[in-house]
Amino acid sequence: MTRMTMIEAIRSAMDVAMERDDNVVVFGEDVGYFGGVFRCTAGLQQKFGRQRCFDAPISESGIIGAAVGMAAYGLRPCVEIQFADYIYPGYDQLVSEASRIRYRSAGDFTTPLTVRMPTGGGIFGGQTHSQSPETLFAHVAGLKTVIPSNPHDAKGLLIAAIEDDDPVIFLEPKRLYNGPFDGHHDRPVTPWKKHDLGEVPDGHYTVPLGKAAIMREGGDVTVLTYGTMVHVALAAAAETGVDAEIIDLRTLLPLDFEAIEASVRKTGRCVVVNEATKTCGFAAELMAVVMEGCFHHLEAPVIRVTGWDTPYPHAHEWDYFPGPKRVGAALKRVMEA
Amino acid sequence: MPPVDVEALHIHDLAYSVIRVLNDKGEAVGPWAGQLSDEALVEGLRHMMTVRAFDARMLMAQRQGKTSFYMQALGEEAVACAFRMALRPGDMNFSTYRQQGLLIAGGYPLVTMMNQIYSNAKDPMKGRQLPVMYSSKKDGYFTISGNLATQFIQAVGWAMASAIKGDDKVAAGWIGEGSTAENDFHSALVFASTYKPPVILNVVNNQWAISTFQGIARGNAATFASRGLGFGIPALRVDGNDYLAVYAVAKWAISRARMNLGPTLIEFITYRAGAHSTSDDPSGYRPKDESSGWPLGDPVERLKKHLTLRGAWSEERHAQAKGEIESLVVQAQKEAESHGTLHNGPHAPAGTMFEDVFSEPPIHLIRQRQEAGI
Ligand SMILES: Cc1ncc(C[n+]2csc(CCOP(=O)(O)OP(=O)(O)O)c2C)c(N)n1
Repeated sequence: MTRMTMIEAIRSAMDVAMERDDNVVVFGEDVGYFGGVFRCTAGLQQKFGRQRCFDAPISESGIIGAAVGMAAYGLRPCVEIQFADYIYPGYDQLVSEASRIRYRSAGDFTTPLTVRMPTGGGIFGGQTHSQSPETLFAHVAGLKTVIPSNPHDAKGLLIAAIEDDDPVIFLEPKRLYNGPFDGHHDRPVTPWKKHDLGEVPDGHYTVPLGKAAIMREGGDVTVLTYGTMVHVALAAAAETGVDAEIIDLRTLLPLDFEAIEASVRKTGRCVVVNEATKTCGFAAELMAVVMEGCFHHLEAPVIRVTGWDTPYPHAHEWDYFPGPKRVGAALKRVMEA
Repeated sequence: MPPVDVEALHIHDLAYSVIRVLNDKGEAVGPWAGQLSDEALVEGLRHMMTVRAFDARMLMAQRQGKTSFYMQALGEEAVACAFRMALRPGDMNFSTYRQQGLLIAGGYPLVTMMNQIYSNAKDPMKGRQLPVMYSSKKDGYFTISGNLATQFIQAVGWAMASAIKGDDKVAAGWIGEGSTAENDFHSALVFASTYKPPVILNVVNNQWAISTFQGIARGNAATFASRGLGFGIPALRVDGNDYLAVYAVAKWAISRARMNLGPTLIEFITYRAGAHSTSDDPSGYRPKDESSGWPLGDPVERLKKHLTLRGAWSEERHAQAKGEIESLVVQAQKEAESHGTLHNGPHAPAGTMFEDVFSEPPIHLIRQRQEAGI
């Protein structure tokens, strides 16, 4: 066990995966020599050489398209998109290609590739360094979508993603890279090195895709969330005193129906939280899943807390970000119903 | 200097060589020389010095926590400043984040730029955009996107519209050499070659794209200028640290466009002397002394030397100008800070966040704004 930041945990995952399997290659913009703008790939080129970790031209469609070709050959590329906000030029390669190659060739060709990208806000990054586009991936048949909330899970999930035989989108909440940000932007964040979830096993382990984690057990209400909002929800529960069961979904697709249904059936109440815009956000899918699976157990309408349906603003970041106050208000409201 | 109606295939050599006016001694020589008066050159020098002083102040303001982010144009000021002087009102720039010189040389108020950088109450973009993502239609400056290369093809579209409407406005697309790898760069060349609209396609080759050397975007074979040749687009490669050369080539390309002779691709060779932005430290990826060894020198120093040689400038006048410019910038900064800074405010009212998503807010945004209580 070593205490690590989420950046170090992600780096360690790639290091382990590259050591175990020569077919794992890592590339992206500024990823090789420099080691990535967030330093997630620092040292990998020095260790594994320029054939296995290298800089890509600034072309997201090129990065994903090349990864598809490599994966079809039999490699396991793990590529970085510098910010999730920059995936769109590569989106066609994901939606029309990577996601369907197994299906359209009836399993003749496959594309085991992982696309890592920092996601989410909270860093005053304005509209092009703050987006949460997870739904745009989860909506596509044939892509798996993963989003960890802490270093331990980040490493285990990333190794599982790289070893998975299908394309996996791996979203890294950048506001969590250095510590569990709970939405209280005016308070210092505890660094991961002083946090239990910063304990990361050395070497190889996986956190299986498709398995949620209960981050806080509770009896009053189930909170379904993921990424940065896990920590916001934990803060909201602590501050309101509502005995919430907080579930970190970890993987959005495949979704852990069992964990969701067991918890909501137990509590009878549910709040869903995502940082992304509201309309057609992943929270909407979660509400539908709860309605389908738990309708007769519900004692109150499900409530969602999300970002607003505007581009992500710069100066008004904290008016936009669904912080612990809004989540706390939802917890109280669902208890009153 | 080739005739403006030249065919691309007759000037292939200009895509592989470097057009210069100022030689190493500071003299203006060759076919592209002799286009600017002493007054125009002094004005150009002042513009570049203003950009540099502005950048230095704003960099410091960011370090002091007055805003979140900043990007300088250190070392490449001549490109935007000289290019701007060859444009006319009504023309449109589709700029990247590193052509603040277009605004400054165009006389755009420094205070307004700073208001944007501080996201303060007088920010014309109402605090929505990251610092340096300016926008001003009346100044021929299209709203900057944080997404690279997207605007290069938009410049082509704007120029196509100008052609459809039969007016003589021209568009200038801007892109960093690293971003030429994006699909949108190639789309721009295809559309420009198919429709031949009045557009100038500017590639600013400052050697670095964050940590990656220009070779990553092009391999080691061809020049960025030569990308235009396969599309039949006249392409020129220019010393981007030579104010006179930048101006002369810009003028040539813009008059081609103005006369409806079609697009031109220009590669400006320059050097990003500073960090990419306030988020990186170049000592992690390039030699510390690379900047001082850059063979094309510093654009401010080179123009200063040339003007001095012409008898139109001196150390004293330079020092005086520097002092004047610095106090102008400091004054502007004081005024801008009186309207607020990022973390201390004031900002545009928070409710404005919900405006301009659409021409009229639809019902869902009205409801969300009510829920937000702002
Ligand atoms: C589509 C997209 N991909 C990646 C980025 C991240 N990014 C911002 S600036 C930059 C480097 C750009 O280099 P270059 O085009 O050479 O311009 P320069 O910064 O040198 O002026 C990168 C990769 C982005 N903003 N947009």
